[in-house]
Amino acid sequence: MGLLDDIYQDLILEHYRSPRQHGALQGEGVVSQEGVNPSCGDELTLYLRCGAGGLDVGFVGEGCAISQASASLMASAIKGKDAGHAAALSAGFQRLIRGEEPGVDLGDLQALAGIAKLPARVKCAVLPWKTLDEALARLGVDVR
Amino acid sequence: MLDSKQMDDRDVLALRRDFPILGREVNGHPLTYLDSAASSQRPRQVVAAMQEYYERHHANVHRGAHTLATEATDAFERARERVARFIGAPESRSLVFTRNTTEAINLVAASWGRANLGPGDEVVLSVAEHHANLVPWHFLKRERGVVIRPVPLTAGQRLDLDALRSAIGPRTKLVTTFHMSNVLGAINPVAEVARLAHAAGALLLVDGAQGAPHLEVDVRALGCDFYAFSGHKMLGPTGIGGLWARAEVLEAMPPFLGGGEMIRRVTLQDSTYADIPARFEAGTPSVAEAVGLAAAVDYLGAVGMAEVARHDHELTGYALDLLSDVPGLTLFGPRGDDRGGIITFDVAGLHAHDVATVLDLEGIAVRAGHHCAQPLGAVLGVAATARASFYLYTMRAEVERFALALRRLVERFGVQGSRGRGVPPHEQG
Repeated sequence: MGLLDDIYQDLILEHYRSPRQHGALQGEGVVSQEGVNPSCGDELTLYLRCGAGGLDVGFVGEGCAISQASASLMASAIKGKDAGHAAALSAGFQRLIRGEEPGVDLGDLQALAGIAKLPARVKCAVLPWKTLDEALARLGVDVR
Repeated sequence: MLDSKQMDDRDVLALRRDFPILGREVNGHPLTYLDSAASSQRPRQVVAAMQEYYERHHANVHRGAHTLATEATDAFERARERVARFIGAPESRSLVFTRNTTEAINLVAASWGRANLGPGDEVVLSVAEHHANLVPWHFLKRERGVVIRPVPLTAGQRLDLDALRSAIGPRTKLVTTFHMSNVLGAINPVAEVARLAHAAGALLLVDGAQGAPHLEVDVRALGCDFYAFSGHKMLGPTGIGGLWARAEVLEAMPPFLGGGEMIRRVTLQDSTYADIPARFEAGTPSVAEAVGLAAAVDYLGAVGMAEVARHDHELTGYALDLLSDVPGLTLFGPRGDDRGGIITFDVAGLHAHDVATVLDLEGIAVRAGHHCAQPLGAVLGVAATARASFYLYTMRAEVERFALALRRLVERFGVQGSRGRGVPPHEQG
């Protein structure tokens, strides 16, 4: 499988075109966090709420397939999980994108592993996760 | 070079031997470099001139009486003369070396702008300006209430001259616009814009970042008051560019940065300033880069700027032909003679950054993003676009490679419909 097929595989294109958890969350306890890559204009607002059933999550954004699919895959992965687990996924995902062993089971997020070979696009894949780290920090979660 | 001489791929191949970087491979494919509008590549002659300067002549300029200082100063001032001649400047003293176009425009805003613009005074500019020709004016708007009057584009994505006429009023002090748009490739009728500005008593600043590399520039024929350009887009090194201004205008301007070189006399409490151009060149300048830029304009001069412009234009027409029938592909910019070698486009269903990555995997380098023209993105209805740009070393075969790769990309990733506002069919003529 070439790099092109690896990066633009169906799962990623599908999340780009039909993002999960897309839309703003409203109401009490919602933390919203903006993330932006000024160099390319990718932007995203992440909404998080910590409840008894774990995290509720939503996002709106504009940008490339990689940043938007990464956000959609992230939102699917952390929904219903506790905040500590989300933080661990974030750390693991960012290790994956640096070409390191993730150290946690990333499930579908593994689809973005090929980005490690495209240094110019790492910031796209990581944008939603950096935004998540900031949102979690505001919720008082230790994100390292 | 004779005007009748036209470069075909054989001539371009010969010329490409001067550009070693164009022979390299990227991602297992021969490099197809279509990002010269962002930064051109440079020929060996430029690198060699800088190396010779460093290995034989370097010292600080305009200081000290030793031999190397004299040689370095000579090299620097000869470079100024050659670059001034290249843009048709009647005298080299009205050419200030800057780092780039951005610094040149900031110099005008900070020096001429602060001295001449007050609350309610107007700066007229187009909606297609580069951030470098917007943000310095925002500073003056915030600092002293200068009013920015934007001029729209026509449906054919040219500067709307009727709207420009209406925008210029009694409070207009400056009209400032591009020579050639870095997004649309549109070439402004600068001489006509100069007449309109001068008729209202305003000055004209031309952002020549794309004009100087790609068009024949004669600042006298253009009739502008300021012309700003960058070396690295015209085969020269990074870190060197220029601001040409009419000598009377430049002579009346206060300094920009303070320091060595720009002074006449300094006491602990005050200073007086040097004549032009030294007044605007505080600190040790980019001497080797100036020497490199002079070698670059010699190279361009030997090919002939009319030939460079003709080659760009021909490749652009060829690319537009090859791409005109691709569904889901929106092509921006005017159709006609007033169009340089820039093709900005949008693929429905795939973001510009992904387009650039997919092409890069085939060795094709294009730019993606807002191209430092976010207000224009709003006008075109799409925040990020992809851009292919051509130069004298671009081959027809590369345009074909690009068009084929883009066609395949659209087939694989594109969706029905289109985003953004391209040029309507009746304007494509």
